[in-house]
Amino acid sequence: MPNDDDLVFKALADPTRRALLDLLYERDGRTLTELEWEIEMTRFGVMKHLRILEQAGLVVTRRSGREKLHFLNPIPIRVIHDRWIDKYRERQVSALANLKTKLEETG
Amino acid sequence: MTTMTATTTQVYQVFIKATPEQVWDAITKPEFTELYFYGQRLETTAEKRTWHNSDGKLVTEGPVIEYDPPRRLVHGWRSLYDPEMAEEDESRVTWELEPHDGGVTLLTVVHDQLEGAPKTAESVSGPGWMMVLSGLKTLVETGKPLQG
Repeated sequence: MPNDDDLVFKALADPTRRALLDLLYERDGRTLTELEWEIEMTRFGVMKHLRILEQAGLVVTRRSGREKLHFLNPIPIRVIHDRWIDKYRERQVSALANLKTKLEETG
Repeated sequence: MTTMTATTTQVYQVFIKATPEQVWDAITKPEFTELYFYGQRLETTAEKRTWHNSDGKLVTEGPVIEYDPPRRLVHGWRSLYDPEMAEEDESRVTWELEPHDGGVTLLTVVHDQLEGAPKTAESVSGPGWMMVLSGLKTLVETGKPLQG
């Protein structure tokens, strides 16, 4: 299934790509040309990084007239977060349940 | 830490392992929205999207502009739960559901026409839609809300 965790981690493992996400966080919905001004890299290089971010689902593009705009999509990161936090919650709940059983046994 | 300027168009996307019909139900039926949309009951018909809070009080009502189950829903948005935001212009929310291989649905949410609603734009950006959509995914895929 797309939005694979590996793609998200791979996309985040590069400083230029994280910089691109930070730029979109500051101001969303930018064109390739606008992003290129802010990053010291060739147009081709920026395009390549944006494509990896898109494949990971971290950047979503929409057409607006003749322009292609890039939007930051934080949801894949959130989904990873949710799954991990839920795991900890489950452990916490079962730990409390065990404690309760223990206390009731001894009490 | 840089501050974020909320833009007048926001786009969010999430893959959900479910059919477009299941995702459509989760978006339009109050018994589902209650479990991931900050406890709010949102009911959507072909005419309007009505929003009640957990006490059953009517929070806001918006016109449904396009209603094409289970593929596309467009509705007006006003944040009447906050007095300052309630004064702002109505913005627009578009839900697109696209089936993909392997029983997966790509859900895209576009919140736009926010030019006349800067406070709303700020409030829904970042964690706003992110929490709703990741919660929706968890609910549809596991049958359980996040705060289970």
